[in-house]
Amino acid sequence: MAAEIALETHDLTVTYHKRPVLYGVDIALPAGELIGVVGPNGAGKSTLIKAVMGVVPLTGGWIKVFGQPLAKALPRIGYVPQRESVDWDFPVTVMDVALMGTFGGLGLVHRPGTAERERAAAALEKVGMLPYANRQIGNLSGGQQQRVFLARALAQDSDLYLMDEPFAGVDAATEATIIALLKEMRQRGKTVLVVHHDLHTARAYFDRLVLLNMRVVACGPTAEVFTPELLQKTYGGRLTILSEMAAAAAQAEP
Amino acid sequence: MIDFLGMPPGLWMPLAASLLLGIGCGLIGSFVVVRRMALAGDAVSHAVLPGVVAGFVLSPSRNPLVVLGLALAAGLLGMLLVRAITTTTRLKEDAALGIVLAVFFAVGISTISVYQPSGVTAFLYGQAAAVSWSDLLLMTGVTALVAAAAVVFARPLVVMSFDAGFASSLGYPVRLFERMFALMLTAVVVVAMQAVGVILVSAMLITPAAAAYLLTDRFNRMMLVAAIFGAAAGVAGTLISFAGAGLPTGPIIALVASGVFAAVFFAAPRHGVIAKWLRLRRRSARVARENYLKAVYQVLEARSFHGDGVSVREIAERRRETLEDATRGVQALVRTGEAFRTGEVGDIFLTPDGWRRAAEIVRNHRLWELYLTHQADYDADHVHDDAERIEHLLGEETVRQLERALAFPETDPHGSPIPAPERQSLGKGELR
Repeated sequence: MAAEIALETHDLTVTYHKRPVLYGVDIALPAGELIGVVGPNGAGKSTLIKAVMGVVPLTGGWIKVFGQPLAKALPRIGYVPQRESVDWDFPVTVMDVALMGTFGGLGLVHRPGTAERERAAAALEKVGMLPYANRQIGNLSGGQQQRVFLARALAQDSDLYLMDEPFAGVDAATEATIIALLKEMRQRGKTVLVVHHDLHTARAYFDRLVLLNMRVVACGPTAEVFTPELLQKTYGGRLTILSEMAAAAAQAEP
Repeated sequence: MIDFLGMPPGLWMPLAASLLLGIGCGLIGSFVVVRRMALAGDAVSHAVLPGVVAGFVLSPSRNPLVVLGLALAAGLLGMLLVRAITTTTRLKEDAALGIVLAVFFAVGISTISVYQPSGVTAFLYGQAAAVSWSDLLLMTGVTALVAAAAVVFARPLVVMSFDAGFASSLGYPVRLFERMFALMLTAVVVVAMQAVGVILVSAMLITPAAAAYLLTDRFNRMMLVAAIFGAAAGVAGTLISFAGAGLPTGPIIALVASGVFAAVFFAAPRHGVIAKWLRLRRRSARVARENYLKAVYQVLEARSFHGDGVSVREIAERRRETLEDATRGVQALVRTGEAFRTGEVGDIFLTPDGWRRAAEIVRNHRLWELYLTHQADYDADHVHDDAERIEHLLGEETVRQLERALAFPETDPHGSPIPAPERQSLGKGELR
C-alpha cells in the first residue's frame, strides 16, 4: 500500500516582482519521512516553503497537504522560518516564543493556560532551552535562537513540519541536537521538510531529496537522486533562457 | 458644565483629554516602536491634516464627528497610497512615506491659507484648552475602543509583529489585523492631535513607548509602562502649560515626554547609559585586579612556589611598572578580599579566593594560547596578546570545552604548565 501523501504540489508557479522564482513545480512527498530541499542560491527553496504556508501568493498551480487545501490543513502544519526573518531585540522571552506554538488551537482571544505552558516547557526541555526560559531572546547565541524556533514548532505538535534553513549559522553541537530531534520526530510519524544548503550532510541526513532550481530537477529517495549527473544539473547554473523568457512574458502582461 | 474633583471644566476637560491621548498613544506606540514603524506614525499624523481642514470648512460649527471622521479618512487614504507606491514600484516604504507625508501636509497647509478656517491652528500645534464636551466624549469613546482592541487582541498582534509568517501559519487573519492596526493607529493620532497638534503627535506615539522599551523585556509590561508614561506626560504637560502664561500645550507635553525618555535613557537599570557605564567600569576594574593576581602567581611560579609572600617590588618588576602603580593595584586586591598584606609595607599573600582566581586566569591564558596554536593554526609567537584579552572572558563551561578539545593538556605552547585551580591549593603548587 502506498504511503499517505503529506505534501503535493501541482504546476506550482510563484513570481516575485514579475520574475519567476518557482516554475511549474510538481512534487509529491510521502508522509513519515525526513525530506531535504537542496539547490543553489536563488533556486526558490525558501519560496517553496513560503508558498506552501500561504505567505507568498501563488501565480499558478495548487497545493494539497494531506489531501486537503491549505486552509483546512493549516492546523496540521508547523513552520520554522529563517532565523534572520525576525527581530531578536523584540521584547519577548524564550518562554513567550515557545508558547506561540500553542496559540493555533486557542483562537484569537483565549489566553494560554497551564496545559499550554506545560507543552511549551516540554518543548523547550527537548531542545535543552528550558534553563533559559525567562531570558530575552536577544541574549542568546545563534544556535540557541534556532533551538527556540524549533521548540516553538514542537509545541505546535503538527504532522508536517516545514523548516527554512534550520542548520544555517548554528554550532556543531546544535546541529547534532537538531538532527537527532528531527529523526525522533520522524520516528513518531511526523513528516519534516527541511531547506538545506550543505550538500555534504544532505546525503546523510535525509531519506528523500527535492533537487530544486526554479524547476524540480529530481525528487526521490536520496540513494536514487543523489547522483553526480542530477547534482550537476541542479547546480550547473540557472535555466537562464527559461527565466528570462518567463520574466519577459510577465512584463508584457498588464 | 460641571466641576470635577473641585476642578472647573476649563481645567479638568483638557486634563482628561491629555490623559486619554497619553494612554492611547502609549498602547499603540508600543507596537509602532517594536515594529519599527516610527516613520509610518509620523506620516499618518501629517496625512490627517487635509481631513481636519476639510472638516472645518464643511462644518463651520466644528462638529467633532465630521472633523475627526474626515481626519480619519485622510489618514487611512495616506496609508493606502503608501501601500500602492510600495507594491507597484521598486521604492521601499521609507521613500513612499516621505512622499505621502509631504503631499498631504502641503495640501493641508495650502487649504488653510485659502479658506482660513478659524480654530484650525489648535490642530496644528495642539490646544488642550479648546477641547469641547462633545470632543471629549468622542475622544473617550475612540480611546476606549482602541485600548480594548489593543488589550483583547494583544496576543495575536504581538505574534504578528514578531513574526508575520508564523502568525499566518497559525491561521491568524494577518491581513485583516494589519488593516485593523492601521485603523487603530490613525484613530489614536486623530484623538491625540487636538491636544498636542498634528506635528507633535508622533512624539507622543514614539517617545513614551521608546522609554518603556528601554525599561523592560516583556511586551505586556512595555504597553503598560508606555501608557503610564504617556498619560503622565499628557497630564503634567497640560498642567505646566496652564500654569505658565502663554506656554503651548502640545510642545510642553512633547517636552515632558522627552524628559521622561531622557531620564530612562540615562538611568534605566539594564539598558540605561549609566548602568552600562558602571558595568564597563566594574569590568575593567576586575580585569585590572585579575592581572595583578596573575602577576602574583607568576612571581611565585618563577621561584617554584617557594614561600607564599610576594613583595610589591617583585610585582612591579614582573609588570614592568612603578612601585606606586603596583602598590595601587595590590591595594585593590586587599579591598576585595583577594589578598592581604602584613602591615603597611609588608609582603602580599593571596587569600584562597584570590589564589583560585589567579590560577584560573593563568590557566585560561595558557589554554587559550594552546587552542589558538593547535586548533586555529596560529603561530606560537602570535597568541599572547589575544590570550591577554580572552583570559578574562572565558567561563567555566567554555574552559571545559577547551580542555576536552585539547585532550586535557598539561603545558602551554611555550612549555609552561597549565594550572588546575580546583586541585591546586594555596602554596602547594607541587600538587599540580
